[in-house]
Amino acid sequence: MIIEQRGYAPTHNLVSTEWVEDHLEDSNLRIIESNEDPLLYVSGHIPGAVEVDWTRDLNDPLRRDYVDSAGFQALCERIGITPDTTLVFYGDKSNWWAAYALWVFSLFGHRKCLLMDGGRLKWESEGRPTSRESATVAPTQYPRSERDDSAIRAFRSQVLDHVARSGKLIDVRSPQEFSGERLHMADYPNEGALRGGHIPHAKNIPWARAVNPNTGEFRSAEELRALYEEEAGLASTDDVIVYCRIGERSAHTWFALKHLLGYQNVRNYDGSWTEWGNSVGLPIER
Amino acid sequence: MNFYPAKLQSILDDLAMFPDRVERIQVLISIADRFKNPTEGEHPKPYPDDHKVPACESEAFVWVSLDDERKLKLEVAVLNPQGMSAMAMAMILKDSLDGESPETAAHVSEDVIYDIFGKELSMGKSMGLMGMVRLVKHFARDLAGTK
Repeated sequence: MIIEQRGYAPTHNLVSTEWVEDHLEDSNLRIIESNEDPLLYVSGHIPGAVEVDWTRDLNDPLRRDYVDSAGFQALCERIGITPDTTLVFYGDKSNWWAAYALWVFSLFGHRKCLLMDGGRLKWESEGRPTSRESATVAPTQYPRSERDDSAIRAFRSQVLDHVARSGKLIDVRSPQEFSGERLHMADYPNEGALRGGHIPHAKNIPWARAVNPNTGEFRSAEELRALYEEEAGLASTDDVIVYCRIGERSAHTWFALKHLLGYQNVRNYDGSWTEWGNSVGLPIER
Repeated sequence: MNFYPAKLQSILDDLAMFPDRVERIQVLISIADRFKNPTEGEHPKPYPDDHKVPACESEAFVWVSLDDERKLKLEVAVLNPQGMSAMAMAMILKDSLDGESPETAAHVSEDVIYDIFGKELSMGKSMGLMGMVRLVKHFARDLAGTK
């Protein structure tokens, strides 16, 4: 089903691989690849795409936080964008890391952030062009902008207040992590926690349920509503907090709720279970 | 100080000549480009679960056998076509451990993945690559015990 027939919110910020190929020569558009596997970008990427690495480019090298305004400014100037540049993010693992990068760019107020449906796998499976040449971009001037954590990011104290108000939470981890049967995501033992379970009142909708496993494309709005509204009990007017283990999988769900279903108040708790499950005295349900 | 057999140490020394991240990645990709999956005749699908690399998202499988001179022969399959790191890791292990004794292979430090790929690997990626080294060592230890 093409994107226009899926019933998303009018400002859905999702573009097709076909749209991206049609806009490869658009000088006001920058394509950004963000992957987990560090070899993938160099092994071949969409022609003209630049790489944003979630560890080196988006995270503070010392503190557990994202880059500051100077770091973000330097990144934007390196990849040759201005505040008016339209960004198209894509990557491996059904855009897991690409959605995370898009969310961080949104924290800094970059408004024109799009996600390419299906990500890298879909682009390749359709036989679209790739290149191993590093994109040559002219450095730009990008004004320094303060990161605004208030609208789409949640911190521990805010989540505690949210729980006290019986606010809506979506836990996008696996059912085993949600139930407390497992203290970490399968294969990610160093990102575990001392306690298992979930934040009180949270509903469990694993992030990958939002995509078609065969194509990597997002499910239709009707299918997403069945997941988040019928199954998890959300309403579009709710104040919602999403979380996983470090905030990257939940950035994918944040995108689905915020941009595809048009929810106005969705925040990503990037401290997530590695903070909550390791903190002293915080309430936990199993 | 980690223990590495001579051929593996030589590969690491070559990689160390590329301190620039992009250059090193290009070298690793050129290594990955040589990777070939086993033929259906060598290892028919579906591959057995006990040869599957634990924690590897690229769906890698490992077989380790001995030739007549009790030297190792390593074979690796990587089912995910985007598993570039797994392919590079497989080729490095094959280039460096084929022809070695199982005792030698059983003692390779798993930290080799950081010497190859750097310390900026995500947790998932490092666990998968480390899982490949561990499975090779596991089979090598089993073979070392057979005379």
